[in-house]
Amino acid sequence: MRLELIKRPQHSVLFSAISPLIALVLTMIAGAIMFSVLGKNPLDALYYYFIDPLRETWSLHELAIKAAPLILIAVGLSVCFLSNNWNIGAEGQFIAGAIAGSILPVVFPDFQNWLVLPLMLIMGMAGGAAYAAVPAFLKARFNTNEILTSLMLVYVAELFLDWIVRGPWRDPGGMNFPETRDFHSFAILPELMPAAGRANWGIVFAIIAALVLWFVLGKTRKGFEIRVLGQSPRAGRFAGFSASRMVMVAFLISGALAGLAGISEVAGAIGQLQPSISPGYGFTAIIVAFLGRLNPLGIVAAGFVLALSYLGGEAAQISLGLSDKAARAFQGMLLFFVLGCDTLIHYRIRLVGRAPQVREAAEHV
Amino acid sequence: MTEMGAGVDQLHEGEGGGLLDVRGLTKIFGALKACDAIDLSIGKGEIHALLGENGAGKSTLVKMLFGALEPAAGEIHWKGQPVAIHSPGAARHLGIGMVFQHFSLFEALTAAENIMLSLDEKTPILQVAERARELSKAYGLPLDPFAHVGDLSVGERQRIEIIRCLLQKPDLIILDEPTSVLTPQEADKLFETLETLRDEGKSILYISHRLEEVKRLCDRATVLRHGKVVAHCDPRQETAASLARMMVGDEVATVKRTGSVDAGGQALLEVRELSRPSANPFAVPLRKIDLLVRSGEVMGIAGVAGNGQGELFEALSGEALQQNAATIRIRDKDAGRLGISGRRLLGAAFVPEERLGHGAAPQMRLSENLFLSRHVTDAKALMGAFGTVRTGALAKAAARIVKVMDVRKSGEDPEASALSGGNLQKFIIGRELDRQPAVMVVNQPTWGVDAGAAARIRQALIDLARSGSAVLVISQDLDELFEMCDSVAVMHDGRLSAPMPIAEATFEKIGLLMGGATPERSELPEEAETA
Repeated sequence: MRLELIKRPQHSVLFSAISPLIALVLTMIAGAIMFSVLGKNPLDALYYYFIDPLRETWSLHELAIKAAPLILIAVGLSVCFLSNNWNIGAEGQFIAGAIAGSILPVVFPDFQNWLVLPLMLIMGMAGGAAYAAVPAFLKARFNTNEILTSLMLVYVAELFLDWIVRGPWRDPGGMNFPETRDFHSFAILPELMPAAGRANWGIVFAIIAALVLWFVLGKTRKGFEIRVLGQSPRAGRFAGFSASRMVMVAFLISGALAGLAGISEVAGAIGQLQPSISPGYGFTAIIVAFLGRLNPLGIVAAGFVLALSYLGGEAAQISLGLSDKAARAFQGMLLFFVLGCDTLIHYRIRLVGRAPQVREAAEHV
Repeated sequence: MTEMGAGVDQLHEGEGGGLLDVRGLTKIFGALKACDAIDLSIGKGEIHALLGENGAGKSTLVKMLFGALEPAAGEIHWKGQPVAIHSPGAARHLGIGMVFQHFSLFEALTAAENIMLSLDEKTPILQVAERARELSKAYGLPLDPFAHVGDLSVGERQRIEIIRCLLQKPDLIILDEPTSVLTPQEADKLFETLETLRDEGKSILYISHRLEEVKRLCDRATVLRHGKVVAHCDPRQETAASLARMMVGDEVATVKRTGSVDAGGQALLEVRELSRPSANPFAVPLRKIDLLVRSGEVMGIAGVAGNGQGELFEALSGEALQQNAATIRIRDKDAGRLGISGRRLLGAAFVPEERLGHGAAPQMRLSENLFLSRHVTDAKALMGAFGTVRTGALAKAAARIVKVMDVRKSGEDPEASALSGGNLQKFIIGRELDRQPAVMVVNQPTWGVDAGAAARIRQALIDLARSGSAVLVISQDLDELFEMCDSVAVMHDGRLSAPMPIAEATFEKIGLLMGGATPERSELPEEAETA
């Protein structure tokens, strides 16, 4: 007896659309089992996980703050992953964008007018794109493995940030803390509804980026080019598309969006450069991209779900004393079920028994 | 149509009785009965033909005989004993060897390593290579045992399969379309080999759709249609037409080459001294190829696989560029420095050999695959503002092609990989024909396509030429070239012979050129001529 995966000739559009919801329900069931095995009331745990963070307006704002960089980075990564470019270095591009965007408020603190913020955002995107161009160029020119080069550049960026905030960019009036000076008011990304919570324009950028890329990927020739080069490079070449140019395009787009996420985070939620500015957004966004099945609109939903699971994990840790390891396992289950549902949309399972024996079979020795 | 037993070959039946006896063998895939109660018996020292169109169940039947599939019902008797064949290993143990149509080779390994993997006893690689080399020499199947399979052409891969099988010294050899990639002379040599093996008392199950070949070689034949046996007969007492009727169940549409070609037609595709160094150590360099295809003409390029046809196609299509723009001219414009999109804009269309992964993206829908090759030439019709794709126009165009070419599919707009090879090929050819291209370059138009679809494709290409286009067909199938072309040139080792008008061409002349000989040095048998 064994299981076989058989490709479906056509997958159901309906189930493609609702598969994340099915996965969410399955995760809750499995999570409830896990929580009760851990000796907690599963209903309580699920409540703290999924409901508690949504109960109050300020925490909805926190959710948006966490979701914004995840979505921005993940929609950029979807372009890379769809075109078969494995950019694992979004975390580094996020940091590079944050540093490049911070040049104005940190190095030229006296330049203060309404131009500062737009320039910062543009420089942030340019910084992220330039940093992503390094592995892209190496891949297009020398055929290096972009997974390795982009990942290694993450550590370079992290250490560079660490050095610059302790060294040249340290706040002269900051009591030797390893931080830059606080950004002046022209350099701060405005909050959307200051009376209600901290959420800033970052989430708006994220949703605009998702909408634009959803349009480009789904409706335009460029999107077709990205997908065909990713799925079938030789057919893409037959179509007249250039794979090496696509490497550059994909990395530049995802680098620019990661850079925008970086500068938005620094100019928004943080307000200065610190040795560490990201709790691993660049890596978590890889999960978000796949949870959203590389569809920008799906990524918006996935970004909120992952942001929620982070907030919920914190809440459950505080209220129930659940270990943060349990929270991680919970996230893992979520990923598992989403990918599982996704697979079952494209394949069906068949149970294969031993085929009926040929009558009077005599095994030959 | 002769019924079972009536026309049994007298010579071989008496010699040793039944070697293999199959009764009521059935295999079901989902709702499809791929094989439905098949009866088949093969005597010792007999060459038995298994005839049928693509999809008739031939491959399924032999996979069951070879242990690659398990039957749902039925019995297999081997040398009088009922047996169950659970694996190819068990089949080899019994003494059944098989040469597959779709090769089961590891691309990353060398020919000799692939052969070694199929041997039960451990043999040093050098010894395997030596034996393979001997066999390859003995049977006229040139092969470098240390070449990596990934770098070899379809034809060369098949040679590995044949040699691998012969190394096993089996009692029954199953050959699945073995001659499709051989020159007529090589095929003759193979037939001699097979006849020698028969005289040694070995049996051969010979799967083919080439009727002349079957008539010449085989002692008995079993004809399948839609998974059922429709006849057992003696092919020597049948005509090619009667065999074809049994296979197809109907008259096969014959391809008509009407009208004559105006020798002064406008030159639409011109190639001058095209040379191309090999991209990797195993690719064939192109050497000073000259070529001219006129309006109204179908020109064929014959040749054994792996003699530079793939490289030539890439150079013509613009997937590989030339140094000098004047090397390739399309409709009197220099095209050598243009990519494939630029050449399409000049009016050229291309159909590559590989359907899935080159001519079509497997995971994409038919309409998207239409866009694949038409997005530049038909930008006006297929694209809207802001670089958007007009899916409605695309779906309409795809439906038109499906209708014109009679593409059979399930679902409204299925993924390319869900279509059978023949139907996908009809779609890919139809996609280009739909544009009425001035120049059409096709590599292996009907490889693995059933007879009905092949006739349709050939006729469509001829009609295109007669409407004023230039058509260049690269093919390993000589029957096809003789059926379609007005002139034939032969490719060997990266060189292209001067084209020969079809009226002057014979299988023998072409075959000699395919083998690299000059036409004068003719020492090969006469009977290759089958046209």
